[in-house]
Amino acid sequence: MYAFNYSRAETGRKAVNLISKNEDAKFLAGGQTLLPTMKQRLASPGALIDLSGAADLKGIEMKGRNLVIGAMTRHFDVATSELVKEKIPALADLAGMIGDPAVRNRGTMGGSVANNDPAADYPSACLALNATIITNKRKIPADEFFTGLFETALEEGELITKISFPVPNKAAYEKFRNPASRYAIVGVFVAKKGKDVRVAVTGAGSNGVFRPSNFEAALTAKFHVKSLEGVSAKAEGLNSDIHADAAYRAHLIGVMARRAVAKANAK
Amino acid sequence: MPKVSMTVNGKAVSGNVDSRTLLVQFLRETLRLTGTHVGCDTSQCGCCVVHVNGSAIKSCTTLALSHEGSTVTTIEGLAQDGKLHPMQEAFRENHGLQCGFCTPGMIMTAVDIVHRKGNKLDEQTIRHELEGNICRCTGYHNIVKAVAAGAEAMAK
Repeated sequence: MYAFNYSRAETGRKAVNLISKNEDAKFLAGGQTLLPTMKQRLASPGALIDLSGAADLKGIEMKGRNLVIGAMTRHFDVATSELVKEKIPALADLAGMIGDPAVRNRGTMGGSVANNDPAADYPSACLALNATIITNKRKIPADEFFTGLFETALEEGELITKISFPVPNKAAYEKFRNPASRYAIVGVFVAKKGKDVRVAVTGAGSNGVFRPSNFEAALTAKFHVKSLEGVSAKAEGLNSDIHADAAYRAHLIGVMARRAVAKANAK
Repeated sequence: MPKVSMTVNGKAVSGNVDSRTLLVQFLRETLRLTGTHVGCDTSQCGCCVVHVNGSAIKSCTTLALSHEGSTVTTIEGLAQDGKLHPMQEAFRENHGLQCGFCTPGMIMTAVDIVHRKGNKLDEQTIRHELEGNICRCTGYHNIVKAVAAGAEAMAK
Protein backbone atom coordinates (compact mmCIF):
# COMPACT_ATOMS: atom_id res chain seq x y z
CA MET A 1 0.00 0.00 0.00
CA TYR A 2 1.33 3.45 -0.90
CA ALA A 3 1.42 6.11 1.83
CA PHE A 4 -1.51 8.46 2.31
CA ASN A 5 -2.69 11.07 4.75
CA TYR A 6 -5.35 9.90 7.15
CA SER A 7 -8.10 11.92 8.71
CA ARG A 8 -11.21 11.01 10.58
CA ALA A 9 -14.58 12.73 10.20
CA GLU A 10 -17.03 12.74 13.08
CA THR A 11 -19.96 13.73 10.84
CA GLY A 12 -20.91 13.45 7.19
CA ARG A 13 -20.69 17.23 6.82
CA LYS A 14 -17.13 17.31 8.18
CA ALA A 15 -16.19 14.52 5.78
CA VAL A 16 -17.49 16.52 2.83
CA ASN A 17 -15.59 19.59 4.04
CA LEU A 18 -12.39 17.60 4.36
CA ILE A 19 -12.65 16.10 0.89
CA SER A 20 -13.36 19.48 -0.70
CA LYS A 21 -9.90 20.58 0.45
CA ASN A 22 -8.15 17.59 -1.04
CA GLU A 23 -8.69 16.52 -4.64
CA ASP A 24 -6.74 13.34 -4.22
CA ALA A 25 -8.73 12.07 -1.22
CA LYS A 26 -11.19 9.20 -0.99
CA PHE A 27 -13.81 8.35 1.60
CA LEU A 28 -13.06 5.22 3.62
CA ALA A 29 -16.28 3.44 4.65
CA GLY A 30 -15.90 -0.17 5.85
CA GLY A 31 -12.75 -0.61 3.78
CA GLN A 32 -13.53 -4.18 2.80
CA THR A 33 -12.96 -3.38 -0.87
CA LEU A 34 -10.91 -0.18 -0.82
CA LEU A 35 -8.16 -1.45 1.49
CA PRO A 36 -7.56 -4.71 -0.45
CA THR A 37 -7.49 -2.63 -3.65
CA MET A 38 -4.92 -0.27 -2.11
CA LYS A 39 -2.83 -3.20 -0.89
CA GLN A 40 -2.66 -4.45 -4.47
CA ARG A 41 -1.68 -0.92 -5.50
CA LEU A 42 -4.63 -0.77 -7.87
CA ALA A 43 -5.69 2.38 -6.02
CA SER A 44 -3.42 4.92 -4.40
CA PRO A 45 -5.41 7.85 -3.02
CA GLY A 46 -3.29 10.60 -1.51
CA ALA A 47 -5.59 10.82 1.49
CA LEU A 48 -8.32 8.82 3.19
CA ILE A 49 -11.19 10.34 5.11
CA ASP A 50 -12.42 7.73 7.54
CA LEU A 51 -16.20 7.75 7.97
CA SER A 52 -16.33 5.03 10.64
CA GLY A 53 -16.82 7.54 13.45
CA ALA A 54 -19.64 9.44 11.72
CA ALA A 55 -22.65 8.38 13.79
CA ASP A 56 -25.03 10.53 11.71
CA LEU A 57 -24.42 8.26 8.72
CA LYS A 58 -25.62 5.16 10.59
CA GLY A 59 -29.07 3.90 11.45
CA ILE A 60 -32.22 2.26 10.16
CA GLU A 61 -35.67 3.89 10.33
CA MET A 62 -39.07 4.11 8.64
CA LYS A 63 -39.84 7.47 7.05
CA GLY A 64 -43.40 7.43 5.77
CA ARG A 65 -43.62 4.32 3.63
CA ASN A 66 -39.89 4.06 3.03
CA LEU A 67 -37.23 2.15 4.87
CA VAL A 68 -34.28 4.52 5.18
CA ILE A 69 -30.83 3.15 5.93
CA GLY A 70 -27.75 5.23 6.73
CA ALA A 71 -24.81 4.79 4.37
CA MET A 72 -22.43 3.66 7.14
CA THR A 73 -24.79 0.95 8.40
CA ARG A 74 -22.89 -2.33 8.43
CA HIS A 75 -24.10 -5.44 6.62
CA PHE A 76 -24.42 -7.25 9.95
CA ASP A 77 -26.79 -4.57 11.25
CA VAL A 78 -28.98 -4.74 8.14
CA ALA A 79 -29.03 -8.55 8.25
CA THR A 80 -30.09 -8.68 11.91
CA SER A 81 -32.33 -5.59 12.15
CA GLU A 82 -35.86 -6.47 13.31
CA LEU A 83 -37.18 -3.48 11.36
CA VAL A 84 -35.55 -4.58 8.10
CA LYS A 85 -36.71 -8.18 8.65
CA GLU A 86 -40.26 -6.94 9.16
CA LYS A 87 -40.45 -4.41 6.32
CA ILE A 88 -38.15 -5.82 3.61
CA PRO A 89 -37.02 -9.30 4.69
CA ALA A 90 -35.37 -9.82 1.28
CA LEU A 91 -32.96 -6.99 2.06
CA ALA A 92 -31.97 -8.52 5.43
CA ASP A 93 -31.57 -11.84 3.65
CA LEU A 94 -29.29 -10.28 1.02
CA ALA A 95 -27.14 -8.53 3.65
CA GLY A 96 -26.65 -11.87 5.43
CA MET A 97 -25.24 -13.39 2.23
CA ILE A 98 -22.49 -10.82 1.69
CA GLY A 99 -18.94 -12.03 2.22
CA ASP A 100 -18.49 -13.79 5.55
CA PRO A 101 -19.37 -12.85 9.15
CA ALA A 102 -16.19 -10.83 9.76
CA VAL A 103 -16.59 -8.92 6.49
CA ARG A 104 -20.24 -8.19 7.34
CA ASN A 105 -19.10 -6.69 10.63
CA ARG A 106 -17.08 -4.04 8.76
CA GLY A 107 -18.59 -3.59 5.29
CA THR A 108 -21.23 -0.92 4.78
CA MET A 109 -24.19 -0.39 2.47
CA GLY A 110 -22.98 3.01 1.27
CA GLY A 111 -19.52 1.67 0.52
CA SER A 112 -20.89 -1.19 -1.53
CA VAL A 113 -23.30 1.00 -3.49
CA ALA A 114 -20.69 3.73 -4.14
CA ASN A 115 -18.20 1.16 -5.39
CA ASN A 116 -20.74 -0.51 -7.71
CA ASP A 117 -18.77 -3.70 -8.15
CA PRO A 118 -20.46 -5.59 -11.00
CA ALA A 119 -20.79 -8.65 -8.73
CA ALA A 120 -21.84 -6.85 -5.53
CA ASP A 121 -25.21 -7.64 -3.96
CA TYR A 122 -26.65 -4.29 -2.83
CA PRO A 123 -26.83 -2.63 -6.28
CA SER A 124 -29.39 -5.27 -7.33
CA ALA A 125 -31.53 -4.49 -4.26
CA CYS A 126 -31.38 -0.74 -4.94
CA LEU A 127 -32.39 -1.20 -8.57
CA ALA A 128 -35.17 -3.77 -8.03
CA LEU A 129 -36.65 -1.94 -5.04
CA ASN A 130 -36.52 1.39 -6.94
CA ALA A 131 -34.48 2.92 -4.13
CA THR A 132 -33.37 6.52 -3.95
CA ILE A 133 -29.71 7.19 -3.18
CA ILE A 134 -29.49 10.29 -1.02
CA THR A 135 -26.24 12.25 -1.03
CA ASN A 136 -25.06 15.44 0.65
CA LYS A 137 -26.19 17.26 -2.51
CA ARG A 138 -29.23 15.53 -4.01
CA LYS A 139 -31.48 12.52 -4.38
CA ILE A 140 -30.62 10.12 -7.16
CA PRO A 141 -33.05 7.39 -8.36
CA ALA A 142 -31.36 3.97 -8.56
CA ASP A 143 -32.19 3.83 -12.29
CA GLU A 144 -29.88 6.81 -12.84
CA PHE A 145 -27.27 5.96 -10.23
CA PHE A 146 -25.52 2.84 -11.55
CA THR A 147 -23.85 3.97 -14.76
CA GLY A 148 -21.37 1.19 -15.56
CA LEU A 149 -18.56 -1.00 -14.21
CA PHE A 150 -17.51 0.56 -10.89
CA GLU A 151 -19.13 3.75 -12.21
CA THR A 152 -21.93 5.72 -10.58
CA ALA A 153 -23.61 9.10 -10.92
CA LEU A 154 -21.66 10.34 -7.88
CA GLU A 155 -19.57 13.43 -8.55
CA GLU A 156 -16.15 14.14 -7.06
CA GLY A 157 -16.44 14.67 -3.33
CA GLU A 158 -20.13 13.70 -3.24
CA LEU A 159 -21.05 11.51 -0.27
CA ILE A 160 -23.92 9.02 0.01
CA THR A 161 -25.63 9.75 3.32
CA LYS A 162 -28.54 7.32 3.17
CA ILE A 163 -30.56 5.10 0.92
CA SER A 164 -34.35 5.10 0.91
CA PHE A 165 -36.18 1.89 -0.06
CA PRO A 166 -39.93 1.95 -0.83
CA VAL A 167 -41.41 -1.07 0.99
CA PRO A 168 -42.55 -3.64 -1.62
CA ASN A 169 -45.48 -6.07 -1.38
CA LYS A 170 -43.20 -8.97 -2.22
CA ALA A 171 -39.48 -9.31 -2.78
CA ALA A 172 -36.71 -11.90 -2.73
CA TYR A 173 -33.05 -12.26 -3.63
CA GLU A 174 -31.39 -15.41 -4.92
CA LYS A 175 -27.67 -15.66 -5.45
CA PHE A 176 -25.44 -18.23 -7.09
CA ARG A 177 -22.18 -17.34 -5.51
CA ASN A 178 -18.55 -17.99 -6.08
CA PRO A 179 -17.63 -20.18 -3.10
CA ALA A 180 -14.18 -18.61 -2.74
CA SER A 181 -14.86 -14.88 -3.12
CA ARG A 182 -18.53 -15.16 -2.08
CA TYR A 183 -19.41 -12.57 -4.71
CA ALA A 184 -22.38 -13.29 -6.96
CA ILE A 185 -21.65 -15.22 -10.13
CA VAL A 186 -25.29 -14.36 -10.75
CA GLY A 187 -27.70 -12.74 -8.29
CA VAL A 188 -31.30 -11.84 -9.06
CA PHE A 189 -33.47 -9.54 -6.98
CA VAL A 190 -37.21 -9.48 -7.75
CA ALA A 191 -39.68 -7.02 -6.24
CA LYS A 192 -43.39 -6.42 -6.68
CA LYS A 193 -44.98 -3.18 -5.53
CA GLY A 194 -48.58 -2.64 -6.56
CA LYS A 195 -48.68 -3.56 -10.26
CA ASP A 196 -45.02 -2.78 -10.74
CA VAL A 197 -42.55 -5.63 -10.99
CA ARG A 198 -38.85 -4.90 -11.12
CA VAL A 199 -36.06 -7.43 -11.61
CA ALA A 200 -32.37 -6.65 -11.18
CA VAL A 201 -29.45 -8.88 -12.12
CA THR A 202 -25.98 -8.59 -10.62
CA GLY A 203 -22.80 -10.54 -11.31
CA ALA A 204 -23.66 -11.19 -14.95
CA GLY A 205 -23.78 -7.97 -16.94
CA SER A 206 -20.54 -6.78 -18.53
CA ASN A 207 -21.74 -3.26 -17.76
CA GLY A 208 -22.76 -4.00 -14.16
CA VAL A 209 -26.19 -4.42 -12.61
CA PHE A 210 -29.15 -4.30 -15.04
CA ARG A 211 -32.90 -4.88 -15.39
CA PRO A 212 -33.94 -7.63 -17.84
CA SER A 213 -37.07 -6.17 -19.46
CA ASN A 214 -38.44 -9.48 -20.77
CA PHE A 215 -38.44 -10.95 -17.24
CA GLU A 216 -40.18 -7.85 -15.88
CA ALA A 217 -42.84 -7.93 -18.61
CA ALA A 218 -43.60 -11.61 -18.02
CA LEU A 219 -43.86 -11.13 -14.26
CA THR A 220 -45.95 -7.97 -14.55
CA ALA A 221 -48.59 -10.02 -16.40
CA LYS A 222 -48.62 -12.47 -13.50
CA PHE A 223 -46.14 -12.63 -10.62
CA HIS A 224 -45.68 -16.37 -10.73
CA VAL A 225 -42.84 -18.80 -11.47
CA LYS A 226 -44.84 -20.17 -14.43
CA SER A 227 -44.80 -16.75 -16.07
CA LEU A 228 -41.07 -17.23 -16.59
CA GLU A 229 -41.44 -20.46 -18.58
CA GLY A 230 -39.75 -19.88 -21.90
CA VAL A 231 -38.32 -16.54 -20.76
CA SER A 232 -34.54 -16.50 -21.00
CA ALA A 233 -31.62 -14.11 -20.92
CA LYS A 234 -29.31 -13.66 -23.89
CA ALA A 235 -25.64 -14.52 -23.41
CA GLU A 236 -24.66 -11.48 -25.45
CA GLY A 237 -23.32 -8.72 -23.20
CA LEU A 238 -22.75 -11.02 -20.23
CA ASN A 239 -19.45 -11.66 -18.49
CA SER A 240 -17.25 -14.65 -19.25
CA ASP A 241 -14.47 -15.62 -16.89
CA ILE A 242 -12.85 -18.71 -15.39
CA HIS A 243 -15.82 -19.14 -13.05
CA ALA A 244 -18.61 -19.11 -15.61
CA ASP A 245 -18.98 -18.30 -19.30
CA ALA A 246 -21.66 -16.01 -20.68
CA ALA A 247 -24.00 -18.84 -21.75
CA TYR A 248 -23.85 -20.35 -18.28
CA ARG A 249 -24.52 -16.99 -16.66
CA ALA A 250 -27.50 -16.45 -19.00
CA HIS A 251 -28.89 -19.81 -17.88
CA LEU A 252 -28.32 -18.94 -14.23
CA ILE A 253 -30.28 -15.68 -14.59
CA GLY A 254 -33.36 -17.75 -15.48
CA VAL A 255 -32.78 -20.20 -12.64
CA MET A 256 -32.14 -17.52 -10.02
CA ALA A 257 -35.12 -15.46 -11.21
CA ARG A 258 -37.48 -18.43 -10.93
CA ARG A 259 -36.13 -19.29 -7.47
CA ALA A 260 -36.46 -15.68 -6.34
CA VAL A 261 -40.08 -15.45 -7.53
CA ALA A 262 -40.92 -18.72 -5.77
CA LYS A 263 -39.27 -17.44 -2.61
CA ALA A 264 -41.09 -14.09 -2.78
CA ASN A 265 -44.44 -15.84 -3.22
CA ALA A 266 -43.75 -18.28 -0.38
CA LYS A 267 -43.53 -15.48 2.15
CA MET B 1 3.62 9.79 12.60
CA PRO B 2 0.08 9.83 14.00
CA LYS B 3 -0.53 8.28 17.38
CA VAL B 4 -3.17 5.65 18.05
CA SER B 5 -4.47 4.51 21.42
CA MET B 6 -6.73 1.59 22.21
CA THR B 7 -7.39 -1.04 24.82
CA VAL B 8 -5.96 -4.42 23.89
CA ASN B 9 -6.72 -7.44 26.07
CA GLY B 10 -7.67 -5.13 28.93
CA LYS B 11 -4.51 -2.99 28.76
CA ALA B 12 -4.35 0.59 27.55
CA VAL B 13 -1.80 0.74 24.73
CA SER B 14 -0.65 3.35 22.26
CA GLY B 15 1.88 3.75 19.52
CA ASN B 16 2.97 6.01 16.70
CA VAL B 17 2.10 4.43 13.39
CA ASP B 18 2.32 5.18 9.71
CA SER B 19 -1.21 5.90 8.49
CA ARG B 20 -1.16 2.77 6.30
CA THR B 21 -0.42 0.46 9.25
CA LEU B 22 -3.02 -2.27 9.38
CA LEU B 23 -4.52 -3.28 12.71
CA VAL B 24 -2.82 -6.67 12.44
CA GLN B 25 0.58 -5.00 11.92
CA PHE B 26 0.02 -2.82 14.96
CA LEU B 27 -0.85 -5.88 17.04
CA ARG B 28 2.01 -8.03 15.80
CA GLU B 29 4.80 -5.58 15.14
CA THR B 30 4.20 -2.74 17.59
CA LEU B 31 2.65 -4.68 20.47
CA ARG B 32 4.45 -7.95 19.66
CA LEU B 33 1.23 -9.90 20.05
CA THR B 34 2.10 -12.45 17.41
CA GLY B 35 -0.72 -14.88 18.17
CA THR B 36 -2.86 -13.13 15.56
CA HIS B 37 -1.65 -14.52 12.23
CA VAL B 38 -1.54 -13.24 8.68
CA GLY B 39 -2.42 -16.05 6.30
CA CYS B 40 -3.54 -14.59 3.01
CA ASP B 41 -3.49 -10.82 3.59
CA THR B 42 -6.49 -10.62 1.20
CA SER B 43 -9.41 -10.98 3.69
CA GLN B 44 -10.08 -14.57 2.62
CA CYS B 45 -8.54 -16.85 5.23
CA GLY B 46 -9.56 -15.48 8.62
CA CYS B 47 -6.27 -16.25 10.44
CA CYS B 48 -6.19 -12.60 11.57
CA VAL B 49 -9.65 -12.45 13.17
CA VAL B 50 -9.77 -10.41 16.38
CA HIS B 51 -12.67 -8.89 18.30
CA VAL B 52 -13.11 -5.12 18.14
CA ASN B 53 -15.76 -3.68 20.45
CA GLY B 54 -17.24 -7.17 20.62
CA SER B 55 -17.40 -7.90 16.87
CA ALA B 56 -15.16 -10.33 15.02
CA ILE B 57 -13.30 -8.62 12.19
CA LYS B 58 -10.37 -9.35 9.91
CA SER B 59 -7.52 -7.29 11.30
CA CYS B 60 -5.62 -7.43 7.98
CA THR B 61 -8.36 -5.41 6.30
CA THR B 62 -8.67 -2.44 8.58
CA LEU B 63 -6.35 0.42 9.51
CA ALA B 64 -4.95 0.69 13.03
CA LEU B 65 -5.92 4.37 13.03
CA SER B 66 -9.58 3.47 12.44
CA HIS B 67 -9.62 1.86 15.88
CA GLU B 68 -8.66 4.82 18.00
CA GLY B 69 -10.35 4.33 21.37
CA SER B 70 -11.55 0.80 20.54
CA THR B 71 -11.49 -2.25 22.76
CA VAL B 72 -9.66 -5.12 21.10
CA THR B 73 -9.39 -8.75 22.16
CA THR B 74 -6.83 -11.02 20.53
CA ILE B 75 -6.17 -14.74 21.01
CA GLU B 76 -3.71 -13.79 23.80
CA GLY B 77 -6.58 -12.20 25.71
CA LEU B 78 -8.79 -15.27 26.00
CA ALA B 79 -6.98 -17.34 28.64
CA GLN B 80 -7.53 -16.10 32.18
CA ASP B 81 -5.12 -16.63 35.09
CA GLY B 82 -3.11 -19.21 33.18
CA LYS B 83 -6.20 -21.26 32.39
CA LEU B 84 -7.23 -21.80 28.77
CA HIS B 85 -10.55 -20.36 27.60
CA PRO B 86 -13.16 -23.14 27.20
CA MET B 87 -12.98 -22.76 23.39
CA GLN B 88 -9.19 -23.13 23.44
CA GLU B 89 -9.51 -26.14 25.71
CA ALA B 90 -12.08 -27.67 23.34
CA PHE B 91 -9.68 -27.26 20.38
CA ARG B 92 -6.99 -29.04 22.43
CA GLU B 93 -9.34 -31.82 23.58
CA ASN B 94 -10.74 -32.44 20.10
CA HIS B 95 -7.46 -31.95 18.28
CA GLY B 96 -9.10 -29.15 16.29
CA LEU B 97 -5.89 -28.35 14.46
CA GLN B 98 -3.16 -29.86 12.36
CA CYS B 99 -0.44 -27.31 11.69
CA GLY B 100 -2.18 -24.77 13.92
CA PHE B 101 -1.63 -21.71 11.75
CA CYS B 102 -5.35 -20.98 11.30
CA THR B 103 -6.23 -21.83 14.90
CA PRO B 104 -6.14 -18.33 16.46
CA GLY B 105 -8.60 -17.05 13.86
CA MET B 106 -10.75 -20.17 14.13
CA ILE B 107 -11.00 -19.75 17.90
CA MET B 108 -11.74 -16.01 17.77
CA THR B 109 -14.44 -16.65 15.16
CA ALA B 110 -15.82 -19.57 17.20
CA VAL B 111 -16.16 -17.42 20.31
CA ASP B 112 -17.94 -14.78 18.21
CA ILE B 113 -20.34 -17.42 16.86
CA VAL B 114 -21.24 -18.43 20.42
CA HIS B 115 -21.82 -14.78 21.36
CA ARG B 116 -24.23 -14.40 18.45
CA LYS B 117 -25.82 -17.84 18.18
CA GLY B 118 -25.74 -19.28 21.68
CA ASN B 119 -24.26 -22.41 23.18
CA LYS B 120 -26.15 -25.08 21.26
CA LEU B 121 -24.69 -25.12 17.76
CA ASP B 122 -25.50 -27.72 15.13
CA GLU B 123 -22.95 -28.81 12.57
CA GLN B 124 -24.60 -26.95 9.70
CA THR B 125 -24.58 -23.66 11.60
CA ILE B 126 -20.93 -24.06 12.56
CA ARG B 127 -19.82 -24.91 9.02
CA HIS B 128 -21.81 -22.00 7.61
CA GLU B 129 -20.51 -19.51 10.17
CA LEU B 130 -16.90 -20.63 9.64
CA GLU B 131 -17.00 -19.79 5.95
CA GLY B 132 -14.63 -16.85 6.42
CA ASN B 133 -11.96 -19.05 8.01
CA ILE B 134 -9.83 -21.33 5.90
CA CYS B 135 -7.71 -24.28 7.11
CA ARG B 136 -5.09 -25.21 4.52
CA CYS B 137 -4.68 -28.61 6.22
CA THR B 138 -8.44 -29.03 5.61
CA GLY B 139 -8.89 -30.39 9.11
CA TYR B 140 -12.42 -29.09 9.34
CA HIS B 141 -13.97 -32.20 10.86
CA ASN B 142 -12.27 -31.80 14.23
CA ILE B 143 -12.55 -28.02 14.11
CA VAL B 144 -16.33 -28.33 13.83
CA LYS B 145 -16.39 -30.83 16.71
CA ALA B 146 -14.22 -28.52 18.80
CA VAL B 147 -16.45 -25.50 18.17
CA ALA B 148 -19.57 -27.47 19.20
CA ALA B 149 -17.87 -28.72 22.37
CA GLY B 150 -16.36 -25.31 23.17
CA ALA B 151 -19.76 -23.64 22.72
CA GLU B 152 -21.31 -25.99 25.26
CA ALA B 153 -18.41 -25.58 27.66
CA MET B 154 -18.79 -21.78 27.50
CA ALA B 155 -22.27 -22.13 29.01
CA LYS B 156 -20.80 -23.61 32.21
